[in-house]
Amino acid sequence: MSGNGDPPLLEVEGLKKYYPLRGGVLGGKIGDVRAVDGVSFTVRKGETLGLVGESGCGKSTLGRTVLRLEDPTEGRILFDGTDLAQASGPELFRLRRELQIIFQDPYSSLNPRMTVGEIVRDPLLVHRVGTKAEQVEKVRGLLDTVGMTSETLERYPHEFSGGQRQRIGIARALALDPKLVIADEPVSALDVSVQSQVLNLMVQLQRERGLTYVFISHDLSVVEHVSDTVAIMYLGRIVEQGPVQEIFKRPAHPYTRALLEAVPVPDPRRRKRVVPVQGESPSAVSPPPGCPFHPRCPFAITACREAVPPLEPLVPPATDPARPHLAACIRKHEI
Amino acid sequence: MTDAAPALLEIEDLEVGFETEAGLLHAVDQVSLKIRPGTTVGLVGESGCGKSVTAAAVLRLVPIPPGKILGGKIKFAERGDLLSLPTEELSSVRGQEIAMIFQDPMTSLNPVFTVGKQLVEVLTIRFGMDRAGARARAVDMLRTVGIPDPEARLVAYPHELSGGMKQRVMIAMALLSEPRLLIADEPTTALDVTIQAQILHLIRELQSRTGAAVLFITHDMGVVAEMCDEVAVMYAGRLVERGGIFEIFEHSRHPYTRGLLRSVPGKGTKRKGELATIEGVVPSPLDLPSGCRFAPRCWKRELLGTDEQQRCFEEDPKLEPKDGGGVAACHFPITGTEQ
Repeated sequence: MSGNGDPPLLEVEGLKKYYPLRGGVLGGKIGDVRAVDGVSFTVRKGETLGLVGESGCGKSTLGRTVLRLEDPTEGRILFDGTDLAQASGPELFRLRRELQIIFQDPYSSLNPRMTVGEIVRDPLLVHRVGTKAEQVEKVRGLLDTVGMTSETLERYPHEFSGGQRQRIGIARALALDPKLVIADEPVSALDVSVQSQVLNLMVQLQRERGLTYVFISHDLSVVEHVSDTVAIMYLGRIVEQGPVQEIFKRPAHPYTRALLEAVPVPDPRRRKRVVPVQGESPSAVSPPPGCPFHPRCPFAITACREAVPPLEPLVPPATDPARPHLAACIRKHEI
Repeated sequence: MTDAAPALLEIEDLEVGFETEAGLLHAVDQVSLKIRPGTTVGLVGESGCGKSVTAAAVLRLVPIPPGKILGGKIKFAERGDLLSLPTEELSSVRGQEIAMIFQDPMTSLNPVFTVGKQLVEVLTIRFGMDRAGARARAVDMLRTVGIPDPEARLVAYPHELSGGMKQRVMIAMALLSEPRLLIADEPTTALDVTIQAQILHLIRELQSRTGAAVLFITHDMGVVAEMCDEVAVMYAGRLVERGGIFEIFEHSRHPYTRGLLRSVPGKGTKRKGELATIEGVVPSPLDLPSGCRFAPRCWKRELLGTDEQQRCFEEDPKLEPKDGGGVAACHFPITGTEQ
């Protein structure tokens, strides 16, 4: 882990991603789906930001927009000092080498017609890195790094289990020696015994290569394990963020509390017998006015319906000022 | 838990196979389980271990062919062996005395009828309610499972609802029928954690109100800890361990059970520290190892002498009683001193 003095590798400011909502007789634009609605965060070099939230909260869209797989509607994405949101053409192509993604589904993210060797080598071909011999050598090294033997080179993805395919996906993501890897639910499709193998590999790679991760997941125990800082998303916005221990020990936002309360703990002596938070996340097409969580929030008051609460530090500051604990709740100090 | 109560469901030496081009595949091999009224038994294991096939066999939902019941009995209360029940009698058991909820809701929803018709029918057929009363009760249950604007949903067809919504309609249907046995096959795996908590809460409520027995199939040890009184662990088609919830979580004897529990990050794991893993992959059901099926991946075997290891690879371990009341199928189970 890096010290506090390290500059952030990634700084996202006021990022928005809206999709037009079409309808009516003429199929014209009748509104927006606010998938990501004004998100800001920073990730320091060599650290992991865990991005947590339930389906439809915008966490995957956020990941894809940061990588410019989607064009942002508004906001800045400062990567190593360059604004990815403004980058285009050759500059964007060059920057993309530094940012890679690992997908959730190891069954559909690998081209079934390519051999494992071709899959891992593909980014090197696209970016014209090295001679053929150097590329082949690099691919062998990468497969070795992720714990696959070089006999796998000539084989096809369907010959491998989910965990092995995820290792292949990781090898491909590392081919261009990226600085930042966005991992979108990388272990969600895997059985637990295999999940821990892949998590160990990711942590080890971070230590050895100084990788920076944005780790997107709905699984809180996995996020707690891998992250340095955590951001909780709800309906397109970050509702709480801070150092991992803070978020898990002293959650300040009622939604974070509800999430933590809802996770079943693998310990039969710590059963939860409370009535869980009711309802489900509203649609991003017609978000409720004010705080997006207020319709489900047991602490909501009239003021919660009136304005979107800003994401602000807890007072007194709970941690060192370089890593504030922020929450978007007007009652964060009372509850 | 009432130890003395006779079992509501008793699976005895169940064996299920599938005919494939590569030969007969043994999906379930000699599985035995009992569930008493008012209790929840968790059937756990990783993908392909045979847990879902076991559950499907209870209601004779294994497609035949290619499936084939190779042996065993499934005794349900006074009905006797469900495997030999006449089809007509079986269909009155299905959906009334035994309800099943799946990960894929379309398995139990009929695409050509509205949600309302399907829910109302459960009540008019099973409890002889009048339509107006049944409709009110259905609306109530839809609201309970967290479906907004339930009156409007009654006239919707299943395909008009989102996945999570369909899931909850199916669960509402199963809860409305107030079954004596509820079989839940990964019912919450695809749902968000706050919705999962709501559904688990509803199942517990049903159980405490009606004394239903629940067979809960899952791979999530958190859900098991939360819901179950007893746990049965499957690996590669066989039961490897069975016991009370505390026994399994605190004194498991089988190295596979222990490995599963330890690979989940949580209590006792250090942040970014190395998690316990089970090396290797689950064997193919067409190419099962001889002796103990877990032996090639077993961390405990590696601590044994050569002769002992030989035994793991050659001799099938039988389910043997262990102190504490459970059973485990291991030649060298974890002992008290190894906790």
